[in-house]
Amino acid sequence: MQSNETILKVNHLKINFNTYAGTVKAIRDVSFDLKKGETLAIVGESGSGKTVTTRSIMGLLANNAVVEGGSIQFHGKDVLKMSQKDLEGLRGAKIAQIFQDPMTSLDPTMRIGRQIAEPLMVHRGVKKEKAMSQALEMMKLVGITDAENRINDYPHQFSGGMRQRIVIAIALINYPEILIADEPTTALDVTIQAQILNLMRELQDKISTSIIFITHDLGVVAGMADRVAVMYAGKIVEYGTVDEIFYNPKHPYTWGLLSSMPTLDTHSEELASIPGTPPDLLDPPKGDAFAPRNPYALKIDTEKQPPFFKVSNTHYAATWLLHPDAPQVTPPKQIIERQKKFAEMQREAAAKNQHHQIEEEEEQQ
Amino acid sequence: MAKYLLKRIFYLLLTLFIVITVTFFLMKLLPGTPLQNQQKLSPAEQHLILKQYGLTKPIWQQYLTYVVGVFQGNFGTSFQFSDQPVSYLISSRIGPSLLLGTQAMIIGVIPGILVGALGAIKKNTWIDTTATIVSILGISIPSFVLAVLLQYFVGLKLHWFPIADWGGFAYTVLPTLALAASPFADTARFTRTEMVDVLNSDYIELARAKGLSKWGVIYHHALRNSLIPVVTIIGPLAVNIMTGSMVIENIFSIPGIGEQFVKSILTNDYPTIMAVTIVYSVMLMVVLLITDIVYGIIDPRIRLSGKSN
Ligand SMILES: Nc1ncnc2c1ncn2[C@@H]1O[C@H](COP(=O)(O)OP(=O)(O)OP(=O)(O)O)[C@@H](O)[C@H]1O
Ligand SMILES: [Mg+2]
Repeated sequence: MQSNETILKVNHLKINFNTYAGTVKAIRDVSFDLKKGETLAIVGESGSGKTVTTRSIMGLLANNAVVEGGSIQFHGKDVLKMSQKDLEGLRGAKIAQIFQDPMTSLDPTMRIGRQIAEPLMVHRGVKKEKAMSQALEMMKLVGITDAENRINDYPHQFSGGMRQRIVIAIALINYPEILIADEPTTALDVTIQAQILNLMRELQDKISTSIIFITHDLGVVAGMADRVAVMYAGKIVEYGTVDEIFYNPKHPYTWGLLSSMPTLDTHSEELASIPGTPPDLLDPPKGDAFAPRNPYALKIDTEKQPPFFKVSNTHYAATWLLHPDAPQVTPPKQIIERQKKFAEMQREAAAKNQHHQIEEEEEQQ
Repeated sequence: MAKYLLKRIFYLLLTLFIVITVTFFLMKLLPGTPLQNQQKLSPAEQHLILKQYGLTKPIWQQYLTYVVGVFQGNFGTSFQFSDQPVSYLISSRIGPSLLLGTQAMIIGVIPGILVGALGAIKKNTWIDTTATIVSILGISIPSFVLAVLLQYFVGLKLHWFPIADWGGFAYTVLPTLALAASPFADTARFTRTEMVDVLNSDYIELARAKGLSKWGVIYHHALRNSLIPVVTIIGPLAVNIMTGSMVIENIFSIPGIGEQFVKSILTNDYPTIMAVTIVYSVMLMVVLLITDIVYGIIDPRIRLSGKSN
């Protein structure tokens, strides 16, 4: 299902917000791409710009937003330059979104069947009756029990988990190419969270959509994503495959995020959130925005923004620590353990590969 | 639903009974007498007149007679027009008042909703500013001032409509406008606030994300959700119109119950005052009952919680 075909390409995106206090530089040069069928997780603290990024893809930026530069290529067209009408044709058809809070994201006065059917009627001109029967199918697909009898119920008659399933049904009814899930489980109980994440994985296979999965919780990323982009203060600071980010992180901010994430091996006393607060985006720092909170910060971090350094073909990190002239630093204990595991995994993978090759050669003979 | 209705009607009657009781005893407590030229009458003559109206009996007996009478539609005889039963006085005058009140409600609420919604949709544009200024004017100009302005400019200067009196639709135009100003302004402001809230809500964001057009979002999702709460202010608006009508009917010399009410107060015509008070209470209670029922019908959250009870 996952292929190398890129369906979305965000290039050097810069977005400001005009406010009474001044210009908020919310997105400061963000680039990433999304491949067909993959799940890309965007991770970062509150205020790092995850939601603004997704809104710009949907063409739903707030009125006070100014796109300073960059482009968002979808099927060779720049979403940022599309007319309102073209954007409407995109939303809910080619690109759909799931929101954070299922308790507030459904229209309280409209029957859920109608809400699920609406994108069909809007985009494909499907007649109401037919749309409703497709809505029913979708309700079954997302696991709403007793769907036949509940299609005419109102949102308040459902639990939070069920409502999120309804929101997912709305998003998927047109089989979108891209599904944006902006913290889809943050508002739910832990057990329901797992159910919803499972459902999303299942449906991704069935519907073969690419997912941009936004979260501030690295814990849910591991089982969900193929690749991870770590965002900080309006920039992506590191991106790579899940394994690369989890077991071979290079940016001190990623180290901080991983260290503040509970795992089976860590003891709760060791958990620490990253001290300090993100910078003021009204006046972002000249150098690396993370420098003031970074115990490993170099002098150059306060003066010059680090470029991306290549770690592997798929793994890049923007930290001066990767510069050939940078001093060697010892990452936190937890990270070293993770890196050890990563080395082990790679050795195993290599051994397996060799094994495969030998088998194949044997077969060929 | 039927059970709910019966319960509501029972409470309505109970409230009505309390209103009757309180009005009755308040009237008895009031100083002053219905007799006009008291000095000119001998005590014997005074007693005779009072006896004729049943005012010499013990209070509790008067009260019982009154309550029983009211529930039979008999409000006694007017002190002012000695040959007229109060019920006739009121039934002959309620028509103009109801007509004016209904017209004012419609002319106030419907444009109020439109202007309020438009203000919210075009928030922070000149349309919004104009709408806000108009509704602030509507709230701050007293209806009697507006009435006089309308009489002077539209009536006297432009000769578009009669300045006062009663007789056909043209006569209703100016008093209706004067009465409608404040409900219009209240509705516009209230609708705007509701609509601004709704337009910022998550489900509107989701509706946009579905690919609905701007007006599609407003028509299918925003309008209904912001109009449902507007139903709740209909009751207060009705009160507004009723109190307003007392002044407006006098200014425009309209033979309605508001005008009668003021006249009766000036002449200590107790049976009429009580009757009008009761009629106002009934009208208000009926409006409240209707708005509650309508609210229950249009808001699914209320409807269904009512069903499960
Ligand atoms: N309409 C707006 N006007 C001004 N500033 C805005 C606006 N929308 C977003 N911002 C700012 O842009 C920055 C990024 O916000 P964004 O909502 O993308 O963060 P986020 O990463 O989604 O955070 P969270 O995890 O809390 O959802 C924040 O500093 C926020 O205050
Ligand atoms: Mg967000």
